[in-house]
Order: sequence, then structure tokens, then C-alpha cells
Amino acid sequence: MGETRRMGQLRRPTSDDIFVIQSGIFASAIIVVLVLTGYVLVSGSVPVWSKFGRGFLTGTTWSPVKEVFGALPYILGTIVTSLIAIAIGVPLSIGVAIFLSEMAPHAIRAAGSGVLGGLIRTMLRILSSGIELLAAVPSVIYGLWGLFVFRFWVLDYVETPLSKYLGSVPVFSGTPFGLDILTAGLILAIMIIPTVSAISREVMTAVPLAQREAAYSIGATRWEVIRISVLGYARSGIFGAAILGLGRAVGETMAVTMVIGNAIGAQAIPSSLFRPGQTMSSLIANEFNEADPTSLHPAALIGVGLVLFMFAITINVLAQLLVWRVLKIKSGSVE
Amino acid sequence: MERPKVRTEALNAWYGTNHVLKNLSLDMSEHAITAIIGPSGCGKSTFIRCLNRMHELVPHSKTSGKVILDDTDIYSRGIDAVSIRRKVGMVFQKPNPFPTMSVYDNVAAGLKLNGMRNLEKLDRAVKRSLEQAALWDEVRDSLFASGMSLSGGQQQRLCIARALAVEPEVILMDEPCSALDPIATAKIEGLMTNLKEQYTVVIVTHNMQQAARVADYTAFLYLGELVEYGETTQLFENPKNELTERYITGKFG
Amino acid sequence: MSNQSVREFKDWLAFIIGGVCVILAMIPLLSILADVVLRGLPALNLEFLTSGPGVIGQPGGGIANSIEGSLILVGLTCLMGVPLGVISGIFLSEFGDNKYGRFIRFLNDVLSEFPSIVVGILAYSFVVLTVGSFSTIAGAIALSIIMMPIVTRATEESLKLVPSSIRDAAAALGIKKWRSTLSVVLSTGRNGVVTGVLLAIARIAGETAPLILTVLGSQLFFSGLTKPVDALPLRIYRLALLPYASAQQQGWGAALVLIAIVLTLNIGVRLATRGRMSSVRS
Repeated sequence: MGETRRMGQLRRPTSDDIFVIQSGIFASAIIVVLVLTGYVLVSGSVPVWSKFGRGFLTGTTWSPVKEVFGALPYILGTIVTSLIAIAIGVPLSIGVAIFLSEMAPHAIRAAGSGVLGGLIRTMLRILSSGIELLAAVPSVIYGLWGLFVFRFWVLDYVETPLSKYLGSVPVFSGTPFGLDILTAGLILAIMIIPTVSAISREVMTAVPLAQREAAYSIGATRWEVIRISVLGYARSGIFGAAILGLGRAVGETMAVTMVIGNAIGAQAIPSSLFRPGQTMSSLIANEFNEADPTSLHPAALIGVGLVLFMFAITINVLAQLLVWRVLKIKSGSVE
Repeated sequence: MERPKVRTEALNAWYGTNHVLKNLSLDMSEHAITAIIGPSGCGKSTFIRCLNRMHELVPHSKTSGKVILDDTDIYSRGIDAVSIRRKVGMVFQKPNPFPTMSVYDNVAAGLKLNGMRNLEKLDRAVKRSLEQAALWDEVRDSLFASGMSLSGGQQQRLCIARALAVEPEVILMDEPCSALDPIATAKIEGLMTNLKEQYTVVIVTHNMQQAARVADYTAFLYLGELVEYGETTQLFENPKNELTERYITGKFG
Repeated sequence: MSNQSVREFKDWLAFIIGGVCVILAMIPLLSILADVVLRGLPALNLEFLTSGPGVIGQPGGGIANSIEGSLILVGLTCLMGVPLGVISGIFLSEFGDNKYGRFIRFLNDVLSEFPSIVVGILAYSFVVLTVGSFSTIAGAIALSIIMMPIVTRATEESLKLVPSSIRDAAAALGIKKWRSTLSVVLSTGRNGVVTGVLLAIARIAGETAPLILTVLGSQLFFSGLTKPVDALPLRIYRLALLPYASAQQQGWGAALVLIAIVLTLNIGVRLATRGRMSSVRS
């Protein structure tokens, strides 16, 4: 009787083994990139941490001349603009996702297979492609449009009325002129719609037919089926999509830089939506090239970059875990 | 029986903890067609995949025992599986020509990807293989059409030609006709009878009539064990084992 | 109102609200396209597309150096990012069905959502400081870090779609796995890979933030791998912030060129793969 052999028992490395190892090395480049990024951000910012310690995160003065740096206004700026982005963008995205993945197919079926049905089908395909194309527009072009067009829309239709009627509320205080936190937040909201709606659609369509049929069979309307079966089942996936959108908003640079008004230091604290502000990423984009390499300024900017990196990593890891888990559970339970 | 070209000695195979082949010892003659029959799940496909070391490509698979080709145990240390597969070729149940290659390139693939560059040699090998696979006349004017443009039966003969091009010694066929219509099947069965003059053929089939038509020897497997083996006519007309008799008279499987 | 008609009303309301959301989402896209065309078209002329920048603040001059710079950057980036991404994708698809593969795949997804300005900091620290100046090569390295996860994912997904029967057929012929992977499997899945690369190109063509920190931008045409270079998105950024109407109009013109390239790639890919591709998260 021969010995029991397992697969892959080899003495000398064959060319196939070399292939596995080489391609594995290429694939591991990712680890190198992430580790190097962490290293660069930490070592580059050591001077500010040793000088200010935790004060770097809580201070609000930002003076390259006096070499005093506090990043709190920018941290708050990122947080506030991103929160605006998901507060407006996520509901819109869910609405889009529901319409395109749940309601539209119904409309197609109702319209039949004639000319009308074909027309509606084409229109819907154009709409859904259009939403995806929103993601293809480069960030700097969003910024350009924001700077010359969108900010006036926000100024005229949102900020001026809000300021007139609710100007006493602190959040709406100050004279708006369009290049401010609100506009930045709203542009971010638009930019995250493609991602959040696409993933929401994916998790919604992954809801098993059996769940929906259960609701239909008790005479529920289309909307009730969605409310009861689809949204409930897909809830954590949609939540994951929202977190992913948050991650996008946090990391977005160019569009924000061009509409946020470029405030510095204590002036950048987002006490009102109508004030100019600054996010962590827009700060780096604005100041990095002009920072005096002999001063503490570059280290301070890298310190801000480190905080941004930690934010982005945490949010994105969380989002990936949520979305992965939901999609894996779906594909496993479809049987 | 003539000298066995391939024989197995106490061959065992596992998928994970599933013991699929149990102590199989079987001789397969040179220049003959040996058919492996048995109900679904009896291990027929696993068996022939052990003959060209394809079984070990499945994750969590194991084998023990010997598979002796001529005088060498193909599982012994130092024997390269890839070189075995050049000597022991395989044709699959569903025709699987390479989709992005022409008819010519499909047949030449085994040779080209193992380093043959000489165009004349390649041309001759392609023609020879297509002739042996009884496909040459049908494709000679469209050698550079896509492999996928052929009919199902033609595609399977293309796969046979592809396997023949590397000049194997043994040809394994895993239910080669089960995806084909009766006419295509008949063509391939005729082909098999020609092939055995040059090669050793082992075919897995769930179609007993096919075994009776083409095979010189037949082995009946049940639940991973060899139940009976002998000359086809003897096995079908005078089975020695009661289980064999029940299977071939259709009482199960 | 009866219960039933209340429920039906809610149903209709939900439908309308959903439709309104879609329309609201489409308005920015339509507005951007309209504005880019309306404001940018007047700036387009032969001089604009073929000559370098003129005097700042005065009409005249063009963006030819930015177009050249973008082309060079994209080319260099592909040279680095495509092989890296494709081979990583091959690893994940053919050998990645294990803990390590899952780990790499996870990191890949995390990297693809990275703030691009942080990638800029990375490239600045490692390349700009080493080379001694803002440089084309630094920009290309930054962009390939952004490109890699996209290509990896696209490669992995298209190779996974190649049926295992193809791999079995190649193995049964006694072809070594690395040969069959590169010659047969990759060639069968090549459409998906090409699609991924094209979409990645569209993405990096529009990236600005990392370029600010690595190539700086320039008024000159390409003057060497270790020198600054200009790029379309960078030029748009700088022109938009200048207080001169002529500069701003040139910015719109440059935006028109950029968006034309990006949308052509995206729509082209979409049309070419209609119905054949499963949804791809960008």
C-alpha cells in the first residue's frame, strides 16, 4: 500500500511555484503601500506631536508664522461637511435606489412590451446610467461648477431665504455669500450619490424573492412591500453604503477646496453653515506647496494628513466589513 | 490480456474526508478500449482523473496507492505531474475549446505552449491530429475560424484533436458523448475504434449500450469499489457478480 | 378616505418621491454638462489646443502643454499600474482562495477608497524629496497607486468569470499553470481587464489632488521625468482660481476637453459591454 499523498507535495520549486510567489509579491505591494503611508505620516508629523501633544488636536490657532498649530477647526470642518453630505445625500440615494431597483421594474411591467414599455425601459436605462456617470465626473470639474454655478444656486435658493427667516439661529448666522460650509457639504452630497445608490441597489436586489412574495401574498402595495421586506432586510447593507459614502466625503479634496472659502485657524471653526471653512484635505491642498520646509509647517500639515488617514481608514474598514458581510450573507442564503 | 499499459494498485482517493475510491486495482490494456461503467457517484470520473493526476488539482483531495504507467508509478516522488499529463491526455464531458483561439490554434495549443515554434512542424501536427479526429475534411478551409464557431460534435472532435496533438500514449475520455446528439455520438464512437490502434483508451460512460458497442474491456464500479472487470462481451452476457447483473439489467442506477 | 385608498395614495406618493430623487440627482449632471459645453466651447480653437499658456490674464494661449502632460502622466502610470494590477488580480483569482488572499482583497478595497491627497503626501515624501524636485515621475507613481486597486479588482473579477473547464482543458494538455494562466485564462478574460484599465484611466485622468503635491504644474511643455509638468485637471484648478475672465473661460475650455475624454471612455466602455458585465463598483 502506498503512502498517503496530499496535493502539492514537492521538493524543488517548479516554475509554477515561482509564478505563485511572484504574483503574490505583486499582490502584496498593497501592504507595502499602506505601511509606508502610515510610516510617512507618523514620522513626518513627529515634530508637531512632540511640540503640542494632544493640543494639536484640540487647538484652534493655526499660525505658520508664529509656528502654533491646532487642527481642531479642520477636523470639525471635515466632520460637519461630511455629515451634511450624508444627511442630504443618503436619503436622496436611497430614494434613487428604491425608484430604480424596485419601482421602475414595476412601471416597465405595467407599461407592457409595446412602444410605451420600450420607451420607459430606455428612459430608465438612461437615468440609471446618468446616475453612474455622476461618478465619472472629475472632482475638479465639480469644483469648477461649484465655484461658478452651484454656489449661486445655493446662495439664492437656500442660504438667502434661510438667512432671512432663520438668521437668528446660530447655525444660520452671518451673511451668506455662497462659498461656505453648506455649499461644500451639498456638493459632497451630490458626489456620493452614485456610490451610495449603487450599493443600496445591490443590497436591495439581493433581497430574496421569497421575502417579497410573503409581503405581496398578504395584499401589500408596492411601497409596503418595499418598506416591510426590502428595506428591513437590506437595512444593514444600506447602512454600510452610507458609511462608504461618508468615507468618500471625508476623503474628497478638490471640489471642497474650491467652494469652501479657505478659512484659517479659529475663523475656520464651523459655527455657522454660512461661514467659509476648511476641511483637513482642503487645508493640505491649499497650503502644502507654500509651506516653508525649514519650519514646522509641513510637519503640521502631515499631522493633519495623519488624522485624515485615520478617519478614512476607520470609516472605510467599517464600511467594507458591513457591506461585505451583508452581501456574503445574501449570496449564502439565496438557496 | 496483453500487457497492461496502465494499471492501478490499491488506489484510494478522497475529497476532503469523503472516501471516493476504495482500494481499486485495475489493469487497462494497451491498444484496447476499457470502459468504466457504474451508477452516478460511483467514482468513475474520479478514477480516470487519478490516471492523469488531475484529481490532485481539486483542493483538499488526497490519493494513496499506485498508478503504474508502463513501468513507472506516476505518483512516485520526483515524477512531474505536468509531464504525466502530456503522456495521458483527456477529453471532457462538455466540449471545452479555448474560446479566444482559432481551430488551428486550439489544436496547436498544447504544442505551442510547451515551446514548439517550428511552423512546419506545427502545421503537420495540426493536420495529423485533425485527421485522426476525423475533423480535417470539415475544417481544412476554415482553420482560422474561431473554435467556438463549430457545432457541438465538431467541437468535441476538436478537443480530441487538441489532445492528440501532443502525442499522448493514453487517452482518457470522461463521458465524451453525453452532451452530443446521436449522430455526433456515432461519429465519435467510430473514431474511438480507430484510435485504439495507436493509443490506449479509457472511457467513462453512463451509457451501457455505448460500452457494449465500443469497449474491449469493461469495469463496473459501485460506491468507489471495483465490483467486476472483464471482457465486455463476457461482462454483459455472463456477469459473474450479482450486483453487476442487477445494474446491467437496469434494476438500479 | 378608506384605508385602501390611503395605502394606494402612499404608494403613489412613494413613487413620486422616488422619481423626484432621481430627477434631483440628475440635475447636477445635466447642469455640469451644459455649463461645460456652453462656457467651454467658445474657448476652443486651434490655438487653444495647440499652444502653451499665454500671458496670464490676457486672452490667447492654450492648454497644449497640459494635454501633453496628462497624456504622458497617463502613459507612465499605465506602464507601472497595469502590470502591477493585472498580476495582483491574477494572484487573487487563481491563488487567492485562502486567508491571505482574502486579506489582500480586503486591503485592496480599502486602498481604492483612499483620500487621494494622502497618496500625494506619500509620493511627495518618497519621490519628490528623493528626486529633489516636483517631478513627472512622482506624479506617475502617485497615480499608479490610485490605479492599481481598480485594475486588480477588474482583473480578478474577469478571471473569475472564466469557466474552470478552460483551466482543466489546459492542465490536461500538460501545460504548466503559469503558462496556461497567462496565455489561455488571461486571454479569455481580457475584455474585462481592458474595461477595467480604461475605467481606471478615466479616473486618473481627472485626479488633481495628488498632482498638486507631486508635479506642481508648469507653464512649460514636458521637460523631463524629474521636472514638474502640467496636467489638464491641474490647469483647470489654477485657471478657475484666477481673477480674470479670460483665464476662467480657458478653465471651462480645459474642463470641456477633460470631460470629453473621461465621458468618452466611460460611455464607450458602457456601450461595449452592454449586458455582458455584472455590476462593477467604481
